[in-house]
Parts: sequence; C-alpha cells; structure tokens
Amino acid sequence: MNLVEGIFVKPFQDMFGAPDFLIQVLWEGLVAGVLYALIALGFVLIYKSSRIFNFAQGIMVVFAALTLVGLYEKGVPALLALPLTLVVMFLLAVAIERVVLRPLVNQPDIILFMATIGITLFLIGFGEIIFGGENKVMITEQLFIPTGSFTFEPFGGFVSIEQKDLTAVVGAVLLVAGLILFLNKSKMGRAIRALGDDHQAALSVGISLSTIWVLVWFIAGVIALATGIVWGARAGVSFALEVIAFKALPVLMLGGLESVPGAIIGGLAIGILEKLFEIYWGQPLLGGNTETWFAFVFALIVLLFRPQGLFGEKIIERV
Amino acid sequence: MLYRTAGQFKTSYEADHALFPVKQDAWLLGFILVLAFVVFPMTANEFAFKALLTPVLIYALAALGLNILTGYAGQLSLGTGAFMGVGAYACYKLLTIFPELNILIAIGLSGFFSAAVGVAFGLPSLRIKGFYLAIATLAAQFFLVWLFEKWAWLYNYNASGAIQVPTIEMFGVAVAGPNARAIVQYYFVLCVVALVTCFAINITRGRIGRIWKSVRDMDIAAELVGINLMKAKLSAFAVSSYIVGISGALFVFLWRGAAEPNLFDIPLSFRVLFIAIIGGLGSILGNYLGAILIVALPVIIGTLPATFGIPISSSMAEHLNTMIIGGLIIMFLIVEPHGLARFWEIIREKLIMWPFPH
Repeated sequence: MNLVEGIFVKPFQDMFGAPDFLIQVLWEGLVAGVLYALIALGFVLIYKSSRIFNFAQGIMVVFAALTLVGLYEKGVPALLALPLTLVVMFLLAVAIERVVLRPLVNQPDIILFMATIGITLFLIGFGEIIFGGENKVMITEQLFIPTGSFTFEPFGGFVSIEQKDLTAVVGAVLLVAGLILFLNKSKMGRAIRALGDDHQAALSVGISLSTIWVLVWFIAGVIALATGIVWGARAGVSFALEVIAFKALPVLMLGGLESVPGAIIGGLAIGILEKLFEIYWGQPLLGGNTETWFAFVFALIVLLFRPQGLFGEKIIERV
Repeated sequence: MLYRTAGQFKTSYEADHALFPVKQDAWLLGFILVLAFVVFPMTANEFAFKALLTPVLIYALAALGLNILTGYAGQLSLGTGAFMGVGAYACYKLLTIFPELNILIAIGLSGFFSAAVGVAFGLPSLRIKGFYLAIATLAAQFFLVWLFEKWAWLYNYNASGAIQVPTIEMFGVAVAGPNARAIVQYYFVLCVVALVTCFAINITRGRIGRIWKSVRDMDIAAELVGINLMKAKLSAFAVSSYIVGISGALFVFLWRGAAEPNLFDIPLSFRVLFIAIIGGLGSILGNYLGAILIVALPVIIGTLPATFGIPISSSMAEHLNTMIIGGLIIMFLIVEPHGLARFWEIIREKLIMWPFPH
C-alpha cells in the first residue's frame, strides 16, 4: 500500500502542497526542454534534407562553444569571436560535405550513421588537442547576456528565474521563428524542403545537392553554437556537454525524425516530464538520477503506439 | 595456382553443403587455428596476452553477437554494452550464490539472463523499425547501466559499487582472479570463442540464418512468403544477446578482473559496433579482422612515437588516438563500406584467377 500511495497520492499532494516549488520545477524543465528542442532541431534539419542520422550534432555543440571561448581566451574581442566562430562552423560544414558525405552518397543509412560517429570521435580528439579537456567558463558577460535573476512570490511562496535562462528561452524562440521563416519564405529554404520531399525530383529541377548539404550543415552548426552558448552559460563548457546530445534522441523519437514542430514540442514535453518524474517519483522511490533513462523509456512507450513518432511522416511500406 | 577450385568435384548433396567446399579454405583455417593454439601462446609475453590477444578474442565475440542481430537479422542495436553488463553481473551473482559452480557453466548460464533481457528489449522491434529501433535500444543501454548502479544487490552491497572477481579455480588451476596466469586465461577464452564461433557459423548458414537474412533484406516480403516475423526477430535478439552476454562475462572475469557500472556505458557499445561494421556486417570472419584493427590500433599509436623518439604525453596520445580512430572509421567506410571481410573475398577471387586472369 505504501508503494501505491507513493506512486499515485504522495507526488500530487507534494505538487499542490507547494505550488511555488512546482512552478520552479516546471520552469527548470522548460529551460532544459528548450535546449533539447534546439539540439533536436539540428538533427531534424539534417535528417530531413539528406536522410543522414547525424550523431555528431552533440559534439558540434561542444566544438562551437569551445571555439568561441578558445578564441576569446586567445585575445580576440568577444563580439569578433562570435562571427569568427560562425566562419569556423561554415568551414567545418564544407569540410564534412567534401571529405565525408560526398564519397558516401547513396550508401545505406547505417554507413552514413557510422560516418557521423567517426566525425564525432575525430572532433573530440581534435578539440581536446587544441582546446584542452578542462572545463571552461562561457563568456556570458562579454556577450551582453544578463546574469541576475528575477524573483517573485506566487501563492505566498518563492520562485526565482535566472535572467540568462530567460534570455535563452527568448533567444531560442527567435532562432526557431527565424528558421521557420527561412525554410518557408526564402528560395534556399524552399530548396531544402524540396530536397527533403524527394531527392530526385529536386535534383531534376536544378537544385544543387552539395550546396544544400553545406548549407544545412552550416545551419546545424549555427544552432549548435546557440545551444552551446546557452548550455555553456548554465553548466560551463567541456566535453561532458556531449551527453546532452543523447538527450535529443528520445526527443526525436517522440516528435518524429523529420518534423520541425515535432522536435520543438517533443523537446519541451521531455524536458518538463523528466524533471517532474525525477523530483516527484524518481528521487523518493527509485534513488534518483532517473534523468539518464526516463526520456528514452517514455519515448519508447509512446512509440509502441505510434511507430513514426507523434508528428513523423506516416510510414508506408511497399514490397 | 595455389588456390584453385577446379578439379574439386561434388558428387553428393552432403559434399555440396559441406562447411568447406574448397579444400584450401579448410587448410587455411587449420593454419589459423595452429597459430592461435600453438604459435601465439609460445611466443607471446604477458603484455601481449593482456593487451592484444585476449581482448581481441573477447571483442570479436561481442561483435559476433551484435553482427548476428544487425548484420544477419537487420535490427540495428546500440545497447550492446549494457547486454555485456547483464552477462557479467549475472555471472557474478551466479558465482556468489553457488560458489562451487564451475566457471565455464556459470558463464554459459549467464548468457541466458542476457538473452532474456535482450528478448524483452527486442519486443518493440516488432513495431518499431530502423533508426527508431536504434534509439529504442538506447533505452536499454541507459536504463540497464542505471540499474547496475542503483541495485546494490547486484554487486553484493559492496561499498565501492564495483564488482571484483575472486580467484576461481578449475581443475586445480586458477583461471580467473588476481592469481590467474594470462596464458591460462587466453586458452580458456580461446576455447569458448572457438566453440561459439563454430555454433554461429552453423546457425547462420542453416535454416534460421536464411530466415534472418530474408527478414533483413525486406521484412514484409519475408512475412508474405510465410516467415513468422515475431519468431525470427526475437530469436535473433535471443541468440545475439546470449553471445553478447557470454562475451560480457568473459570481458570481466577473464580479462578486466573488476568492473564498475560505467564500464558498460555507451562507448563500449560503440566500440563493438565499430568492430562489427569495419569488419563487415553479415560476416563471421569480419568480426575478428575488425577486432584486431580496433584493439591493435591504440597499442600501435601508443608505442609508435616512442620508437621514433618523438616525446608525447599520455593524454596527448589518447586524444590523438581518438582522432585517428575517428578518421580511420570514415576512411574505411569510404574505401570499403562492406568492411574488411570484403577485402578477403576480393583477394580470394583474385587468387582463384591467378596467374591466368582470363
């Protein structure tokens, strides 16, 4: 009986007993969810346009953040380091397209997937040699990101919202809005979507595959940089960050591998749910640290009912 | 000239179905077995056993298990490390509960635990396909490693949270634990690996193997010709996880000697996946070639700069190692996406033609 009460009664009592704490938990979950959504977005863009399951997205986040901080430490002013990092990410996109993707066109999915794991290992080794493995501090102040925190007191309680988290959420919303505008209104954006719909048809109307691939990997790099700045401001910049890439995978499963809205909604849902589960069920009942697997198991259960994810394209199989 | 198939006539179905339809293949295998059983043990030192020979065999066995699932039955799995962990912890608990149990039997039994877990996590494969399934197997990976950490019963409520292999004797000779000699462990592993490989070769070329291959190539078509998909996929998960579980038990008991939960984390899964893919999916030989490459590479990179007199710090060597392995994976995928085993096929065809290519 104790267990049943612990699962079905106690958590809800806790939630409504301390609504200010609940709001705090929800806010933390939302911020984490925004970051998961951003990483998942990088995955989705690449998957949509080239059917490559890009495992390297997580390491691109770390690499972008390290480049930014590393350049600043070398004495480059922060506002110059930002565009320079974008140039580095562009060069990385060109290099990946030239060296890795072009020779592997038309190979089975699993080979391309393995190649992105190869890229991941290469970037880890390369990054550690150049920037060193120790934890670095993200240059938040130099980039004019406010660091204070708002506090307010609903229901006689106490909720604190960090300004950099707020900046992160606003920045992410702007980035996603810009991206959706770009995909829907600009010529290049339409070309990306055309490539996603049908490779051969897109090629036959004169869309250049290699240009679009470079572009898509560059956009993924920009998203990675944004994610890296935001996450780095919260937790410091080091290779431990790459584990957040794994967090984006259940988001993709939940939202569907080729759906942009799916990545956003899935990210937010997983961010909030895993926080709630960890605080109200995981810590009292299971000994904590459930965040490592909760998202995967949750996504797996959803997938049993919808094998293509919540928003993915319906899988039609023909013999 | 040396390797020719002409003149070897088959006069019965049995001869046609034989394991080695070409005589030279049997000789070659015999030669390799002599190398493995006689020549290497006589020439190798303690370091070579610990750093090269035993890990190659164990990794090859794990890759063989994964290859049955991914290469033969077409179900991509990223949870190999965790299944190895299940085998290792099952073996540990079996030997704690029944200390008199022969270690060979304990290892054989521990495979059944990982097979059961594998089937449980393989159930979603009936509905989920491709990359969705790959991510679903990651659920097993993260959940199981978390369980190894939190379920104190698994490591006997040890304060360190790690499992330590006690000294285990078999027929009066220490085979596992701190007192065991490397050569004994090598022979033990070699015998198990040879046995399992023999089983794997025969199961993959028989009826079940052909069912798996048809499911891999197109599962709907396989279903239409009357193959029970559920049986086919779950049997692949069971056999694969069994082999992976055994390799996990060997990994801890005959090689590492101790294990923490994070040993079975995602890098181990990926290492085994690299071996299977670089070696060649859908090939038994490939697992060995891939394992030799992946195990030997760090050793070579570690010793090469010193022999040329270039000073290099150990952390630098480690980073270089990661970088070079990443680069090599990409290079191998570009040069030969079908893996190292394909090279052997090409060489074999050339040999049959040689020296008159037309």
